[in-house]
Amino acid sequence: MTSAQIDVLLVAVVVAAACAIPGTFLVLRRMAMMSDAISHTVLLGIVLAFFVVADLGSPILIVGAALVGLLTVVLVEATSRTGLVREDTAIGLVFPALFSIAVILISSLAGDVHLDSDAVLLGEIAFAPFNRFAPFGVDLGPVAIWVMGAILLINLACTALFFKELKLATFDPALAAALGFSPALVHYGLMALVSITAVGAFDAVGSILVVALMVGPPAAAYLLTDHLPRMLGLSVLIGATSAAGGYWLARLLDANIAGAMATAVGIAFTLVLLLAPRRGLVAAARRRRRQRWTFARQMLLIHLATHEGTPTESDESHPDHMQRHMRWPADFSARVIQTATDRGLVVLEAEQLRLTPHGREAAKEAAVR
Amino acid sequence: MRIGLRTGGALAIQATDLTLAYQQQPVLWDVDLEVPQGVLMAIVGPNGAGKTTLLRAVLGLLKPAAGEVLVFGQPYADQRRRVAYVPQRGSVDWDFPTTALDIVTMGTYGGLGWVRRPGTSERTRAAAALAQVGMESYADRQISQLSGGQQQRIFLARALVQDADVYLMDEPFQGVDATTERAIVELLRALRADGKTVVAVHHDLQTVTEYFDEVTLLNVRRIAGGPVDRVFTEENLRLTYGGRVAGIGGRAVGNDLEPSS
Repeated sequence: MTSAQIDVLLVAVVVAAACAIPGTFLVLRRMAMMSDAISHTVLLGIVLAFFVVADLGSPILIVGAALVGLLTVVLVEATSRTGLVREDTAIGLVFPALFSIAVILISSLAGDVHLDSDAVLLGEIAFAPFNRFAPFGVDLGPVAIWVMGAILLINLACTALFFKELKLATFDPALAAALGFSPALVHYGLMALVSITAVGAFDAVGSILVVALMVGPPAAAYLLTDHLPRMLGLSVLIGATSAAGGYWLARLLDANIAGAMATAVGIAFTLVLLLAPRRGLVAAARRRRRQRWTFARQMLLIHLATHEGTPTESDESHPDHMQRHMRWPADFSARVIQTATDRGLVVLEAEQLRLTPHGREAAKEAAVR
Repeated sequence: MRIGLRTGGALAIQATDLTLAYQQQPVLWDVDLEVPQGVLMAIVGPNGAGKTTLLRAVLGLLKPAAGEVLVFGQPYADQRRRVAYVPQRGSVDWDFPTTALDIVTMGTYGGLGWVRRPGTSERTRAAAALAQVGMESYADRQISQLSGGQQQRIFLARALVQDADVYLMDEPFQGVDATTERAIVELLRALRADGKTVVAVHHDLQTVTEYFDEVTLLNVRRIAGGPVDRVFTEENLRLTYGGRVAGIGGRAVGNDLEPSS
């Protein structure tokens, strides 16, 4: 790998890690779409701040972007608080409005500046290595790594410091308020983190990938664990792995890097959705299948136990009777009887199914529950 | 009940002329609430009567349009540590990735303040509260794997760990089985024996006299309030539920009713 490729990979991994942290809380708060809105509307903040400072490298741009990110949240909440539109609708109203204002401003007033709306959507991480951070002529690597590294540190520090507050305000905002931890303050603090992360990341990777990295890895991690710190760690890990995998995919296909990374996030989520040990679709299907057999065996045992020692026992315990009585297909019935015999629950004697002592015990247990 | 607590000192909770509105629509209209110290009080009324709203107003979660609430003679903001809150079980997302013990530990956060993290002593207290509600063997259980009754007990344990003087509970008996209901009643009586005050939104009219000392009948206005044997009468219930004494869900128009107490 060339040093430029390593730089791209590093930027991607740091961006992914930085996005996964606030993304985890967005997903838990059922506000995933807010990342979509904020990652677009921060553009307006960048444009407005640019008109003030006239310098694309100024950190004021990040401040402006964060403020517009918060404005987005305030406007969405004000719109949905009218009670006339729902929150998802409010997001759909506010975010295109702010975003299109930014696009109009760029196209009409900043035409000669390097601020173009295509780059906003997809970013151009491939150019990240060329924008160097070189104070006093000493090359310290790409600017993007320093910016995103700082944002990652801020996210880590805030989450570590206010972990308890974030957890409480997310799980039970009413108790948070009653205990004196303003849930509104926590909420806007989190939204500020989302905003600065979005603005820092979108210069490098574009807003679509910001959304993918904020929502996909936490959604996957949520299926893998019941433990919040572990969910944060797994989100970071899944995000970073997807970013690296996406970069490899992009080189393989000679495709847009951000697009390939977003695809990799999608693939990672799909794999987790299918294969997660407890919540995955495959595990669920296997569980259902197992339950079907267990249930069938229990029906057989309880049926035999009910008629044990009654005058009709010889009819009721004939193997052929089961499929009629339980409305089982013949082969299914045969397999249920077979597995019950294999497990030592029943024995076949002279065309009669009889419960073993073990089987009688199992029937009693199943009937109690 | 300790008589001394009743006569001496401030009321545990005193709300005067409380009016609350959502979107200019009054939910509580000129409500007075007086909760003496050391009693178990039920708040009873039909759906939409404003019972939860009243609790939330006491907790300072809603800003009243008029009137004031005092907790032991002072505003709630100065008395946070003396009040514990048990919200409705359905008000939170039980798929949240955490354990029963962690939820109970949240009750210690008020004492910790911002930034400071719960340590061994907080977790020990939380474990003791879990044991108090008979859930010690579920400490590490993921909360989504608990039954409704167990989730309710977790919430009660979280309030116990706050070690407050007043406990505000929103339908603590909602959707729990008979065993849990008995356990909760035991717990309420133990709290009373310690001189604590409990105010609970309650739906089951059959058990009001058995479980509670005092009752406030609410339907947008306060219909009546005081000791159960004096206030929990058929006449007052009819006024509260609009003629349908047994009718849960008969939403009466509170503004037409005259307070009788």
